Amino acid sequence: MSEPLLDVIGLEKRYAVRSGVFRHRDLVAADDVSLTLSAGETLALVGESGSGKSTVGRCILRLEAPSGGCVRLDGTDITELEESDVRRLRPEMQMVYQEPLESLNPRHRVGKLVAEPLVLHGIVGKTEVRNRVVELFQLVGLGEEHVDRYAHALSGGQQQRVGIARALATNPKLLILDEPTSALDVSVEAQILNLLRDLQRRLRLAYLFISHDLAVVSMLADRVAVMYLGQIVETGPTRDVLSNSFHPYTRALVSATPVDHPRQKKLRIALTGEPASPIDPPAHCRLVPRCPYAEPVCSAVAAELLPIDSCRSTRCVRFQQEHCDGIWDPGGDVPIQDTVIRSTESEVNELKLND
Amino acid sequence: MPTSLPYMREKATSFFHWCRRNPVTALGFGIILGLGILGILAPLIAPYDPYALNPRERMQAPSWNHLFGTGIFGEDIFSRVLHGIRIDFGIGIGAVVIGLFTGSTVGIIAGYYGGKIDEIFMRLMDIVAAFPGFILAMAIAGVLGPSIPNLIIAIAFVNVPVYARLSRSRFLVIRNSLYAMAARGVGASDFRILTWHLLPNSLAPIFVQSTLQCGWAILDAAGLSFIGLGVHLPTPEWGVMIGLGVPRIITGQWWISFFPGLAIAVTVMGFNLIGDGLQDLLDPKRR
Repeated sequence: MSEPLLDVIGLEKRYAVRSGVFRHRDLVAADDVSLTLSAGETLALVGESGSGKSTVGRCILRLEAPSGGCVRLDGTDITELEESDVRRLRPEMQMVYQEPLESLNPRHRVGKLVAEPLVLHGIVGKTEVRNRVVELFQLVGLGEEHVDRYAHALSGGQQQRVGIARALATNPKLLILDEPTSALDVSVEAQILNLLRDLQRRLRLAYLFISHDLAVVSMLADRVAVMYLGQIVETGPTRDVLSNSFHPYTRALVSATPVDHPRQKKLRIALTGEPASPIDPPAHCRLVPRCPYAEPVCSAVAAELLPIDSCRSTRCVRFQQEHCDGIWDPGGDVPIQDTVIRSTESEVNELKLND
Repeated sequence: MPTSLPYMREKATSFFHWCRRNPVTALGFGIILGLGILGILAPLIAPYDPYALNPRERMQAPSWNHLFGTGIFGEDIFSRVLHGIRIDFGIGIGAVVIGLFTGSTVGIIAGYYGGKIDEIFMRLMDIVAAFPGFILAMAIAGVLGPSIPNLIIAIAFVNVPVYARLSRSRFLVIRNSLYAMAARGVGASDFRILTWHLLPNSLAPIFVQSTLQCGWAILDAAGLSFIGLGVHLPTPEWGVMIGLGVPRIITGQWWISFFPGLAIAVTVMGFNLIGDGLQDLLDPKRR
């Protein structure tokens, strides 16, 4: 098997928080995050707000300095590089931001902003810049008339298209999409998602798709990694993870997704309480205080992300132990099968028949 | 370059529309522009030599021969007020430019790098700002000795903290903006982010402040000259001219002080009108 495009191993990001006059404690935003991503593939990073998804994205791009771990892009360890060397690698990896308007400088015309990476990295000659910018605008579905506008004179969808054009200017291999549609209307969201899918097919881009919207994820992602409080708690192929979750947190996320048919039955697993504090987190499973399946063993041993089969892994201690002993039947003690995400038509019909 | 006639006409129409929408700002611009032109053309327009003394025509009331009357040495007030535009605008704008440059450099460095540098720079600024501006300017002008360059330095120095604070507060906000991060993401260097992304976004409030400050600087310059710490006779500076005429007000020769004073008032008002209007003009979101 060929080397993956992006290989993240044990990435960690801590922020020092002041508590008291002399004491500093660590806020752990990302902890032991490992990912791989191959060319042309989409990996979704999902989790609730505050789970550290965006931090991981920024650390991978070295927009924030990671506190530990290693990020390899095409085999090069970029965590060790100087800022100036990272700059040379920036054309390979780009990001599309959550708030399109705020990520575009209000004082420059959007064409200039898209031209910036072209000029900085000397990708095309001075006379060619304008043509290439127009090409990029057309690639993302904008016209030449948008080139000389300011960001605030464009609609939200157009702004995000500019953001995508800017990210694509350097012909990157990796695109980190940090909730690219969460600031947009549903109708515009669909257009942007279609554009992204189309671009991926044409340019063989690898996407790290950061999102909290499982419906969108199930539509776009090949694989999914679920994050809770800075840790990845479950990974695997999107369909498997969402329809048959190994980790209680994933189940809770899945059950919180709205169904698209009112008569569809679904089971809700409501987590009680708030996420635990990310300051000085314990070594054992972080979901313990909120988990409906928690048992004494959960807070007794350290929770590690372990592979269950060739392509899936989970951090749930109970699942790891009892699955190996053949006792734990995923969804056995609670009827989880009713939980359907984006059910197909036949599935909806089945449900009707059951009624 | 598009210099065709339709293009120019379009530009002119849009300028006209802008004036219609911002009559007050347009008035401010008109005043300052008009005064500026008068100042530049002063040697051509002025009917008399501003330095010429004419003892036979001392303290004459305004007439068609002497529009603003004559002073205590028989000098023509109108000619002197016209030439005074050059001196006062020069001092005012010079002081603002120097103060703006020094102050915003300090503020930008303090705001962008933060930490200890910020602390040291801003405490120094606090020390300067702790003195009443005019008193400090008096002290500096007094120590340096009365001359036009020294007057400019004194007024500029007093205004440095204003610009430093303004640019610092702006930079503190925008250095953490998402577009600064996005710029780093596409591979821009610190220097480029600072100059191409952050600087244009911090200029609007600083520009507005500096136009307002222009009026104040002229007022300060006139004030310092009035009390004898700035420009000296026979230079046609408005403050000096007012000072010269003050003892004559009670004896009835009001015009000696009145017209230079009017010139100061109109100038300061012009700058303030522009300053208020510039806020809208420089903000692309409101254009």
